[in-house]
Amino acid sequence: MNTPKKAAKAAKPIRLHKKTLGQRILENWQLYILLIIPIVITIIYKYIPMYGIQIAFRDYKPARGFFGSKWVGWYWFERFFTAPTFKRMIVNTVKLSLYSLLWSFPVPIILALAINQLRFKKYKRVVQTVLYAPHFISIMVVCGMIRIFLSPYGGLINLLIGKQVDFMTVPEAFRTIYIASGIWQDAGWGTIIYLATLSAVDPGLYEAAKIDGASMFQRIRVIDIPELIPMIILQLIMSVSGLMSVGFEKVFLLQTQLNKATSDVIAVYVYEQGIVDHAYSYSTAIGLFNTVINIILLVVVNKIAKKAADVSFV
Amino acid sequence: MNKKQGLRGMSDKTSDIVLVVLTALIMLIIAYPLYYVLVASVSDPYDVYAGKTFLMPSQFTLEGYKAVFSNSNLLNGFLNSVKYTVIGTLYSVTMVYITAYPLSKKDLPGHKWISIFFIITMYFGGGLIPTYLVVRDTGLLNNMWALFLPGGVAMGNVIIVRNFFENNIPRDMFEAAEIDGADNLTTFVRIVVPLSRSIMAVMVVFSMVAYWNDWFTALIYLQKDQYPFPLVLRGILITTEAMTSMTGGMSYAESNRIAELVKFASMIVAAAPMLIMYPFVQKYFEQGFMTGAVKG
Repeated sequence: MNTPKKAAKAAKPIRLHKKTLGQRILENWQLYILLIIPIVITIIYKYIPMYGIQIAFRDYKPARGFFGSKWVGWYWFERFFTAPTFKRMIVNTVKLSLYSLLWSFPVPIILALAINQLRFKKYKRVVQTVLYAPHFISIMVVCGMIRIFLSPYGGLINLLIGKQVDFMTVPEAFRTIYIASGIWQDAGWGTIIYLATLSAVDPGLYEAAKIDGASMFQRIRVIDIPELIPMIILQLIMSVSGLMSVGFEKVFLLQTQLNKATSDVIAVYVYEQGIVDHAYSYSTAIGLFNTVINIILLVVVNKIAKKAADVSFV
Repeated sequence: MNKKQGLRGMSDKTSDIVLVVLTALIMLIIAYPLYYVLVASVSDPYDVYAGKTFLMPSQFTLEGYKAVFSNSNLLNGFLNSVKYTVIGTLYSVTMVYITAYPLSKKDLPGHKWISIFFIITMYFGGGLIPTYLVVRDTGLLNNMWALFLPGGVAMGNVIIVRNFFENNIPRDMFEAAEIDGADNLTTFVRIVVPLSRSIMAVMVVFSMVAYWNDWFTALIYLQKDQYPFPLVLRGILITTEAMTSMTGGMSYAESNRIAELVKFASMIVAAAPMLIMYPFVQKYFEQGFMTGAVKG
């Protein structure tokens, strides 16, 4: 990866006439033209909403707009912190994300280590194809499957265990359903990044280890795992920094009146307050609270990783 | 501990067998639920719910699929999804390409600042409501473009494509073009686009999957007759609204039977197009992620 860039850098000084900045800008005018539409769209739909976050501190009225509405300071945040379900939502959000991370994170790594050792190329392709499949299915279909499979009236799971439990109404079952289906859908896809990393291992290393009499599991431990460590840490940092943003869509689709004790999370509340009840400022404040915690987590985890493993990605 | 000791001493042949069995089991766990839905979609629902269709269909029927495409709501949703997927993919891939190409030119004056400008949007956003309000104020409510524009430029994809341009297109090609007097745009159209077909295929698939499966954006911004297929499915699978428009004039038992069949058939209709497509570009996924990950 490095060589072409280095070569390019080395080649630069050879140019006979150094061009002025103005000349270089003029020379590249077509590139700037290409960028106009992406930049305009990004400003309108990404940067203006960022600026609009300030309605979290205002009493937003549509007629007055983002900046004309009355300033109310921390009012919406206080209202959120004193909401009757505040504690439940925080606990549910943190627990759901944390358990999800603990259970889901190691699976793609283990799968990738196993797939990487498969020696029959065609079989390996088949395994990968099958494992990627659920990633391409809409979350709507996945949740439909979950609901049908868990139905007390002839759902697959109840048929297999010979019972008639209505799992969707059991609060204790919600997290298991959420996490297990998440692993089913995304663990296979998650192997790609690790398999790509492992494909960079010099095959000579394996040969040398084999000659030394190392078994497959020793080769995984000594060669593969050390190769993966930086990528594992990077992935971990990214997962932890998103800890407060649970997969809203799935929770939304799997929530029932009866499992709310565990499925009531902040993201769903943001949606209900904002889109359903039109409490724009309140909803924005809650969303901002969520984002700030994510950023703090990102910074903290990045610092820890820097100290512990001398790697940093942010 | 004992098991570990055993594994460690294993010969390569034994560990190969263990691996194949293990991966076969995992494939079974992944594939079986999909297979079960497929079988159920062509079986009598009463047999499905009686547990008679674990392996093979029972009382084979295609009525479920017929019902999916004769129900006006579902058909309308399906056609909407096709439209959104085609237009959205054209839009998204074009945007990714016209952003990635200038960003791949390291000597472009202002390159660093333009990069930062775009990359910030990967980490920060306005959140649900401020974005919603901007979409509303720009007049996009109940407009198909509300599905595409608020996403901005898909920066994850831009980085993958940019790195592909930097690393996988031979430098000589650019130099030769420059010597021939080709300007930037000509180089882009004549060299970069044709030489990046593999990564373009990946981008097309990624975008198609994203738009085909999207429903939340449509729920927020569009009205009922504009709903894409997955959002129509929500009524059938999640909130279980009665499907009156399809079952009028049938006996209660018969309309129930069709309604259950439609659940399975519509899930297959929603999942099949993407499942059929992705294996064709699968070999490029790793490559794409590799070049994307190096300088993410």
